[in-house]
Amino acid sequence: MTSKPRGQFVRLAETGRRPITLTIDGVARTALAGDTLLTAILVNGRCVRRSEFGGDGAVAGAPRAGFCVMGACQDCWVSLDDGRRVRACTTFAENGMKVRTAHGG
Amino acid sequence: MVAERLPPVIVGAGPAGTRAAETLVHAGLRPIVIDEAPSNGGQIYRRQPSGFTRPGKALYGFEASRAAALFGAFDRLAGSIDHRPNTLVWSIRPGSIGAGLMHLVSSERANALPFDQVIFATGATDRVIPLPGWTLPGVFTLGGAQVALKYQGCAIGQRTAFVGTGPLLYLVAYQYAKAGAKVAAVLDTAPLSAKLRALPGLSANAQATARGLYYLFWLRSRGVPVQLGIHPLAIEGRDGVTAIAWRDPHGGSHATPCDAVAMGYGLRSETQLADLAEVPFAWDALHRQWLPTRDAAGRTPVAGIYLAGDGGGALGADAAELAGERVALALLQDRGAADNGRSHADRIAAINRRLDRYLRFRRGLERAFPFPAHLAGDLADETLLCRCEGITAGEVRRAVREFGAHEINRAKAFSRVGMGRCQGRMCGPAAAEIVAGALGVPIEQAGRLRAQAPVKPLPMAAVLDDAAASARHG
Amino acid sequence: MAERIATEIAIIGGGLAGCSTALHLRQRNVPVVLLERAACGSQASGVNYGGVRQQGRTLVELPIARRSRALWGRMAELVGSDCEFMATGHLKLARNETEMDVLETYAREAAGWGLELQLLGRNALRDRFPWAGDKVIGGSFCTDDGQANPRLVTPAFARRARALGADIREHTTVTAVERGSDGFRIETAAGLEVRARIVVNVAGAWGHEIAAQFGEHVPEEPISPNMCVTEPLPYFLTPNLGVVGADLYMRQIPRGNVIFGGGRGVNDAKAQRARPLPESALASFQRALEVAPNLRGAHIIRFWTGIEGYMPDELPILDRSATTPGLIHAFGFSGHGFQLGPAVGAIVTEMALDGAPSTPIEPFRIGRFASAPSKS
Ligand SMILES: Cc1cc2nc3c(=O)[nH]c(=O)nc-3n(C[C@H](O)[C@H](O)[C@H](O)COP(=O)(O)OP(=O)(O)OC[C@H]3O[C@@H](n4cnc5c(N)ncnc54)[C@H](O)[C@@H]3O)c2cc1C
Ligand SMILES: Cc1cc2nc3c(=O)[nH]c(=O)nc-3n(C[C@H](O)[C@H](O)[C@H](O)COP(=O)(O)OP(=O)(O)OC[C@H]3O[C@@H](n4cnc5c(N)ncnc54)[C@H](O)[C@@H]3O)c2cc1C
Ligand code: FES
Repeated sequence: MTSKPRGQFVRLAETGRRPITLTIDGVARTALAGDTLLTAILVNGRCVRRSEFGGDGAVAGAPRAGFCVMGACQDCWVSLDDGRRVRACTTFAENGMKVRTAHGG
Repeated sequence: MVAERLPPVIVGAGPAGTRAAETLVHAGLRPIVIDEAPSNGGQIYRRQPSGFTRPGKALYGFEASRAAALFGAFDRLAGSIDHRPNTLVWSIRPGSIGAGLMHLVSSERANALPFDQVIFATGATDRVIPLPGWTLPGVFTLGGAQVALKYQGCAIGQRTAFVGTGPLLYLVAYQYAKAGAKVAAVLDTAPLSAKLRALPGLSANAQATARGLYYLFWLRSRGVPVQLGIHPLAIEGRDGVTAIAWRDPHGGSHATPCDAVAMGYGLRSETQLADLAEVPFAWDALHRQWLPTRDAAGRTPVAGIYLAGDGGGALGADAAELAGERVALALLQDRGAADNGRSHADRIAAINRRLDRYLRFRRGLERAFPFPAHLAGDLADETLLCRCEGITAGEVRRAVREFGAHEINRAKAFSRVGMGRCQGRMCGPAAAEIVAGALGVPIEQAGRLRAQAPVKPLPMAAVLDDAAASARHG
Repeated sequence: MAERIATEIAIIGGGLAGCSTALHLRQRNVPVVLLERAACGSQASGVNYGGVRQQGRTLVELPIARRSRALWGRMAELVGSDCEFMATGHLKLARNETEMDVLETYAREAAGWGLELQLLGRNALRDRFPWAGDKVIGGSFCTDDGQANPRLVTPAFARRARALGADIREHTTVTAVERGSDGFRIETAAGLEVRARIVVNVAGAWGHEIAAQFGEHVPEEPISPNMCVTEPLPYFLTPNLGVVGADLYMRQIPRGNVIFGGGRGVNDAKAQRARPLPESALASFQRALEVAPNLRGAHIIRFWTGIEGYMPDELPILDRSATTPGLIHAFGFSGHGFQLGPAVGAIVTEMALDGAPSTPIEPFRIGRFASAPSKS
């Protein structure tokens, strides 16, 4: 198992929920039942997707990690292995889900 | 026999939508209540997912009893309303002749819903001003920071800096500190002088003002640096936030180390559906936004289309509840529903007297926390403005200066600003300031970014569920 | 005091046809005034699908399309920007044997007009275009065709024409046109009055309104094709795609967005308003997924439409007025005038200055409709 990288989100409460396991970019990660995908990804790391375009000195591929957390900015879309694309902040993480932060197509 | 009318539809199950539904149910109707969220409550009273156990007091603080009252009201409506959670209204066409048509999608099932009266109670989202580094992981809106905490029990980082202006800036910083998060600083672009000048207006809602002051002093007393009149410079970091750089009113530069930033400059109404419904818009100087026009009760000039709550100008949750009740009364009047007890007109007038106070308070807030439009207008050319399409402020200026765009939609056509997944929700207000600046005209002459369907991304796998639509309305 | 100007040639309509006409006239130093109700390229020319194709056109249109294709290839030189024109090829797909027969017949006939097409069977097509769905049984490929960004093209023509001295008046609606003994007099809502020796009617879906002022009644119908665009996706689709039957057309820009059309929206042409119809857009999703199944997870981020003038035979009117000397009509492009636009400007210029154009235009006579008075 890969060691857990630094997460962006920090859990402050509601930590007694049932743990679930999902795969993020091929690596098994732990989250809690009731987490959104955004939370599940961000307690385990800092990048949710890569921007398609550059600008601001950044090249295309710059990391993004959502912004509004309420389904408005659309900066948290991720792919699931079954081909679906979902908005991470408005989709609940489920046990066994396989998530890809890079756009597979 | 008189043809049966279609049930009224309410889009949004926040404070405004809930009170509207309640009023309609009391009048004997069975409204359809649609919300893209999994449960009712709207933004401020967003309900945490099942399995979460924090009590209302921990989630909603001073507003806990109001939240409980609103949830109670909604729960009592179960069975009397047709509640459709997890359902997005992505397009609407007004019924010039006969019924209008609304387009819904729930996961991958699309639905067409005929209607003849609809209330938009669609709320608001954060108004943001870009700055260098604002797309880095760890930067979220103030509202987003609050959702992470209320809805997920998480802080957006180990050390969060709060930047922007408005009452939410202090509220969310306070909620973070209270929940045990480390607040690196509260950086308010509004100067102290603005707040002092605003006091007379703020007295219209003494309770809310007192709470605001309480948050401020609470934070200061806990050693949280609170800086007024600052100028944000940049968010620093490579793969994530490491600091926020800002200038104090005396010109001194600072960099506050942090790994997360929550930013926001007040709210902007979600008006896309009103636009698609062909409601005329007017420039609203108070909200510095184009808003759908409506009469004193919330009727728009388009027959059958009504507005309530923050979706028609952000006045806050208490005002949204009142506006929800008021607009439902107007809808009932138009439906020719019999008055029970006091006439609808009297009740609307009484509510309007109460709402007046919120409007005065809102004016006071605007004075205390003025929107720093210059920060948007003066964005450096190389700063990324549209996070969806990767468009810089300079590209928008070029659309105006070199390609001759004379208003924002033309600037969009040339530069792609506002053309991405979010449809300009995030960049729109700043883009308008930039266009106005490049044209050298007041903001209201920069034009209004027109909404286009779908109001949010629509899955291509969506199939129109004809069978379901005709079964329900056949 | 209302402004009055006298010019040689007045152009009514600032779409691609009008702006290209203004540019070509200025290349020959002819005084020209262009009057446009909104902004140049804000109607069909600015909101279309962006297909630049010759393949599939009615054969008699091919000479204009060939001439236009040459101009598209010189876009940067002509207007100072390539307007994102790319010769990506146009691939027309067959979804059954009957459709394949249609492609084969067309390829044979088009060869006679100088248009080379490659027919691809099921396997050959998959070798080159592995994304093609099972439903696709073959196709016809035109290397020479491509696509461009319609939002940029017409404004670029207008800017260059203006730089060359054209007097382009935007936000100027023509309210009346009449011909007196000393030429035409045009009134506008803005109070501007224009006198001209020659008038060019390139008013798009409103071209019939101008023609009617001269007693020429043509059955032009305003139609609004539905357009959809996806979020940016990994770049997989290079050619511009069509299908036999034209119920789907699709292209992807290198930024990643897939743009496709199919079905119709609704419009109120009088009020210059149009809107896409979600019902028919949803139906086109299914057709798009059949052709490119890898779009299944994608999301649509925007619908739009525009207003285009369709003629009953889906061929434009490109002719001198049958009633009024000095009046030239070029409108009713029936859903495919974007590709033609550059050449239309060149041809109208020749009609105005040289007499006969160097490209045949007989099939596009205004008199071909029974209700219009015929030219004697
Ligand atoms: C993130 C955030 C945090 C806030 N926090 C506070 C706070 O702590 N204190 C405070 O006083 N005020 C707060 N406000 C302001 C407060 O939200 C409002 O005053 C109040 O919630 C407005 O109520 P409303 O009913 O008008 O809209 P909302 O409560 O915003 O409800 C609107 C509802 O409509 C739904 N909706 C919108 N569009 C569609 C659509 N197309 N299809 C389906 N459903 C749709 C949304 O999902 C939402 O549930 C906050 C605002 C935001 C944006
Ligand atoms: C959605 C859509 C998709 C399309 N896709 C393609 C495609 O892929 N490929 C292709 O080749 N073609 C396509 N077409 C067709 C193509 O866009 C048109 O044929 C072409 O742009 C027509 O150009 P125009 O200059 O004749 O008309 P327009 O661009 O409509 O210009 C006419 C102008 O005249 C102005 N006008 C009208 N009346 C007056 C008046 N009284 N006073 C002043 N001004 C007036 C209007 O404002 C307008 O700007 C499409 C059309 C649409 C709507
Ligand atoms: S974080 Fe903005 S839509 Fe998910």
